[in-house]
Amino acid sequence: MATYKAVAVPAVPRLGERITQDTVYWRGYKTPVQIKEFGAINKIDFSPVPPYNYAVTASSRIHIYGRYSQEPMKTFSRFKDAAYCATYRDDGNLLVAGSEEGSIHLFDVSGRAPLRQFDGHTKPVHVVGFLSDKYRIFSGGDDYASYLWDIPSGTDIVSYSEHTDYVRCGCASKVNADVFITGSYDHTVKLFDARTKRSVMTIEHGQPVESVLLFPSGGLLVSAGGRYVKVWDVLKGGQLLVSLKNHHKTVTCLCLTSSGQRLLSGSLDRHVKIYSTTSYKVVHSFNYATSILSLALSPEDETIVVGMTNGVLNVKHRKPEERKEKSQKKRQPAYRTYVKGRSYMPKQEDFCVSKPVKRVLRKYDKLLKSFQSSKALDAVLEPPIRLYTPEVTVAVMQELHRRGTLRSALAGRDEKQINLLLTFVARRVIEPRFTSVLVTVADMITDIYQPVVGQSAIVDRQFLKLQEAIGKEIDYQEELLEVLGMMDTLFATFTQKRATCLEENKSNGLNRGY
Amino acid sequence: MVAPATLRVVRCGGSTLHGARAVFSADSKQVGNNNYLITCQSRLHQHIINDANLYSSSLDGSIKLWDFMDGIPIKTFTVGSKLLALYALASSEDSVFVVIPKSDTFQLVSVKLTKAAGQDLEAKELSVVLHGVGASPKSIAFGREGEYVASVKDLNLQVYFFKQKQLNRFSLSAVKTKGGNNHFTCVACHPTEDCIATGHADGKIRLWRNFYHKKEYTFSTLHWHHDTVMDLAFSIEGTSLLSGGVESVLVLWHNGSDCRKDFLPRLGSPIEYISMSSDGALCCTLHTDNRITIINSNLRFSKCIQGLIKTMDVKTGLVVDPRTKALVLNGEPGHLQFYCLQSDQQLFSLDIVQRQYIHQAGLKQTDLVKVAFSAQGKWLATVEERDEVTDPELQLKLWFYDEETQSFKLNTRINMPHEDHVTDMCFRDMDELEDDSLILVTAGRDCVFKVWVMVEDTDPEGKYAQQSVSWNCDFVGSYHNYQATNCCFSEDGSVLAVSFEETVTVWDSVTWDLKCTFCHPPGKIRNICFGRLTCSKYLIGATDHGFLCCWNLLSCALEWSAHLNILVLQPDPLSEYIAAVSWLSKESSLFVFKPNEPRPIYIQRNLCKEKIQLAAFIPRDEPETVGSEKYLWLRRSQLFFLTDTQELMTLSTKSLEERLTPSSKQLAVEESLPVTPFSLLLGKHRCQQSQQDIDLGKRVVQNKHEQDSPAVKELLHTPAHVLPSASFLCPIFINSLLISKENKSAEVAADEVEMESEKAEDESDEERDITEMEQEDTSPMELLGEMTCKLSKSQEKELRKIRKTDYSWISAF
Repeated sequence: MATYKAVAVPAVPRLGERITQDTVYWRGYKTPVQIKEFGAINKIDFSPVPPYNYAVTASSRIHIYGRYSQEPMKTFSRFKDAAYCATYRDDGNLLVAGSEEGSIHLFDVSGRAPLRQFDGHTKPVHVVGFLSDKYRIFSGGDDYASYLWDIPSGTDIVSYSEHTDYVRCGCASKVNADVFITGSYDHTVKLFDARTKRSVMTIEHGQPVESVLLFPSGGLLVSAGGRYVKVWDVLKGGQLLVSLKNHHKTVTCLCLTSSGQRLLSGSLDRHVKIYSTTSYKVVHSFNYATSILSLALSPEDETIVVGMTNGVLNVKHRKPEERKEKSQKKRQPAYRTYVKGRSYMPKQEDFCVSKPVKRVLRKYDKLLKSFQSSKALDAVLEPPIRLYTPEVTVAVMQELHRRGTLRSALAGRDEKQINLLLTFVARRVIEPRFTSVLVTVADMITDIYQPVVGQSAIVDRQFLKLQEAIGKEIDYQEELLEVLGMMDTLFATFTQKRATCLEENKSNGLNRGY
Repeated sequence: MVAPATLRVVRCGGSTLHGARAVFSADSKQVGNNNYLITCQSRLHQHIINDANLYSSSLDGSIKLWDFMDGIPIKTFTVGSKLLALYALASSEDSVFVVIPKSDTFQLVSVKLTKAAGQDLEAKELSVVLHGVGASPKSIAFGREGEYVASVKDLNLQVYFFKQKQLNRFSLSAVKTKGGNNHFTCVACHPTEDCIATGHADGKIRLWRNFYHKKEYTFSTLHWHHDTVMDLAFSIEGTSLLSGGVESVLVLWHNGSDCRKDFLPRLGSPIEYISMSSDGALCCTLHTDNRITIINSNLRFSKCIQGLIKTMDVKTGLVVDPRTKALVLNGEPGHLQFYCLQSDQQLFSLDIVQRQYIHQAGLKQTDLVKVAFSAQGKWLATVEERDEVTDPELQLKLWFYDEETQSFKLNTRINMPHEDHVTDMCFRDMDELEDDSLILVTAGRDCVFKVWVMVEDTDPEGKYAQQSVSWNCDFVGSYHNYQATNCCFSEDGSVLAVSFEETVTVWDSVTWDLKCTFCHPPGKIRNICFGRLTCSKYLIGATDHGFLCCWNLLSCALEWSAHLNILVLQPDPLSEYIAAVSWLSKESSLFVFKPNEPRPIYIQRNLCKEKIQLAAFIPRDEPETVGSEKYLWLRRSQLFFLTDTQELMTLSTKSLEERLTPSSKQLAVEESLPVTPFSLLLGKHRCQQSQQDIDLGKRVVQNKHEQDSPAVKELLHTPAHVLPSASFLCPIFINSLLISKENKSAEVAADEVEMESEKAEDESDEERDITEMEQEDTSPMELLGEMTCKLSKSQEKELRKIRKTDYSWISAF
């Protein structure tokens, strides 16, 4: 003997983005704070030590912002022309920046005047950085040259001029104090060892290189240039591991999360894409108002800072972890009330009386079980169900239709109820998953209430609304069909050779989409 | 085994059970109905149990008295005309009442059953009791202590009083309420009071009283059923009335009042008959789908007896579940039944539609139309549809077999896989390949066939990786806008054949290119199948214009064709043979052939009178030994077929006796073995024997067996009447239980001296023994001289072991 089967509410697969752990994680940021800078922001760098201030290089200034400050805490403005690439040292005490006039300035973060100035580049210096031994600085400039500077003496140690175009990006290895890489507009990335006179490795990226990045392990190298982000295996002699083409404009900046699990890339196409570093698939993406020039992520991913071409700095802070324990302060029964009697093991001679498991049925199910169709329909037209779970309402309507009692359930309603029904139908009839059922319902309603048309202004208005909705939908479908026809002709011209097979494939895909 | 001359058609399930009420035996332990208690071939119609006697009547005009414990007919009374219903009363043991046809109408007659000895008797003493009764057994009921009989027909109720010889007629005026009329459908009489309950086609129940008077009779009405009341039954005390109908709800009316009633809803299918056991503790309902439900007196469901569930229309065909080898077909509405052929019972019923079934006439309900299993039974595909003009519903569901729960789990649901009815569906059957190659093809009346493949949705993250698969459409093929009617994969899965009305198209299953087409005009293709094993290059097709064609796929030419109106084409999955069932001039014939030769291997004309709708080959557990060359095709699998009256039949080479013995008779013997001290003792003895088998060396056991088994056997298996007196047998028996003490004693005595010294050696026994034995094996020639010595040593050991065995069990005597 079977028990009553509750009405099955069909689940429709959600279209569009799938909810993954990543989307949940990356959506956990507050609404962004926008800060206006003086010009295009070419570099953002976080201090590696708490409280994780960040230096923003824009135009001829370097601003240092605190974590939650909207105003700069400190400004370095001793530049005659544009400043470039202000970068913190590992201990967060020193800051180095290149400039348009070719000199490199070294600042003490707490001081104001530059500690050192390195001159040697004849053209603007777009990239500077500390080597991991803290005492040396590398730089690359538009004069195609890369220098290595000694901080204590303030002189250059070695210079390399192997690139044949502007050097615009670079990065020092974290594991080896002598290794750094530079990327240039001559489409190559070069790996230098300070102990040698020449580059150790040259990687052909294929496009002008805008940004390079070394993984913390030092084994993998990421280069961005053109629309491509490419990952290279340095230890294998610069073998291409994967080439990602997920942007449709030049990729300008790269960044790793602090865990090294995700790679972020910002592009002129206004998107930041987040890749998994295991599968190199895009797991999430953000979009911004204008083209992105620079991007930085604070330690522990607390803040995402994005700098754009129009000088706007976009700062996103992570939402604090929701404390679930605190919100549920309601006093609950003690643990022992739950386990009371549960742990008792019946003895062999005991006679067990099991309590029948009570099945909880929804209200509409209870009514359907007792064949009260009209009341069941009333139950699913209650606001919470009707508004938030229209699929339940439609499922019950369908069930009533199956039972052949839909007409009687719809009949005999007053003005208010008809109004409600018609509002629901007019609103939902255009949703493809409900259309087939609701068309039947609309049909029946018009059938039943034809005689009373004209008696109530409210009902008449709803009928008109329904008509309008259906008319719109028909127009829309017609338009779609036209588009489909156009596309069919296009496809037909494409596939003249293997006519039978391909055509069927295509039309199928379209039909399903439609 | 000598092969019999012909194959016999054997019924093995199905058919209709609801020819008659189920009856309880006197002690309420057994329920009888046509097919269950009595597995016999003729159409039994009605039976009644009188104390310990079970009577049955059949359409061939005989009343049989059965021994229902053994299922053997004791007596047969020949009446001479068709018997439509049978009633027996407790008060009159020597006569029964039967309904026989008389020209157009039927009459109730009483038959005197002679007490004469002999198996076949004639019952000639007939006396007519009532004229113009209904043919249904439900339309007559006998009142309190057999004082009167009530009969209903159309709008009339007749009550005949035996003592007064008075006939009262009551009639209702025809009233048409919506959907139904107030015709009588059934009648039941109160067991202690003068009260008659009648059921009506409009769902009303009338309780008649005071029917001694022709005018001043009264009746009250009970109304709950919305459709015909199918049967009524009073409880034994008469305090309550049970009624049932199409709604499949058993209604219990208390004290004949309208306000107090209890329900037992959702019994699964319409109730055809209700019967009460004589002690009132149980009641049982017989349903239209051949099921008997036993219900406690407090309206609690207690047990269900079911075999092959009968459905209106087996749309799914006969499918074999590769996992359980069960036959799978439509069961309860919206369910799939897994029917075990060996045990004639339902293994389980899988709810496919998962919706509440409303038992109401004229309602279009969703039902299963197609079923397909993947090769290993891991995947199940089902198609369900609701046939409505305005808003047809069509769903393709894919089920995955969950090893943990041992049942099928819904994986993917596809709404409207085709715009129109799905005509055929098949999986690509490939045993050796992985799941990735699993392909499902559906053919639809919307002129396309669709290919469905599994897609894996994987979350790229290792940590949260949860693999899930779902099914997606991969390819849609069509051919000149013809309706796709059948689809079929070749054995190796490389080629798909799809028939489009008159044409069979062959597609490559990798690139989905159309390879070639076959057709045999005129006539649309009804069935297609590929040959198997050595005949895999052949494609067989049957057209509705009466042709069976065999095409060669290599030469793309017609190999042969035969003029046969084939309804069913069924290839054996384990051999090359193909069975085809044809329908010609009101009889079905069976042809078994191999595709490589046009001459059939086996022909059986006139297989049965009914149209055969479906057939299936069920693989046998072990190949059967088939004597004749002609029946080789029955070796690996057995052919089952279902007629349009839903009788499941098979072909068997065994004779009737052979088939019957294993199931019923042995069971009876086993059960009848009483638990006596003697049987316990014997059981203990046997138990110890087996124990000794393990303990002792093989040779000794054999010795012992030869010695004692004949004595015990003799004692146990000789018929009692030829046995000598117990006092004579007792010593022999007791002696037999003593294990060869006498023949051992001599040897033991001889060895006694040695035993003491070798005790230590004895302890570390087995290992050395084995190594010695191995040595013997490896170099028998070298050791030939020492052989005698060795042998004696092993003998000694054996003897010592024997002595060490425990004889304490003897003390139990």
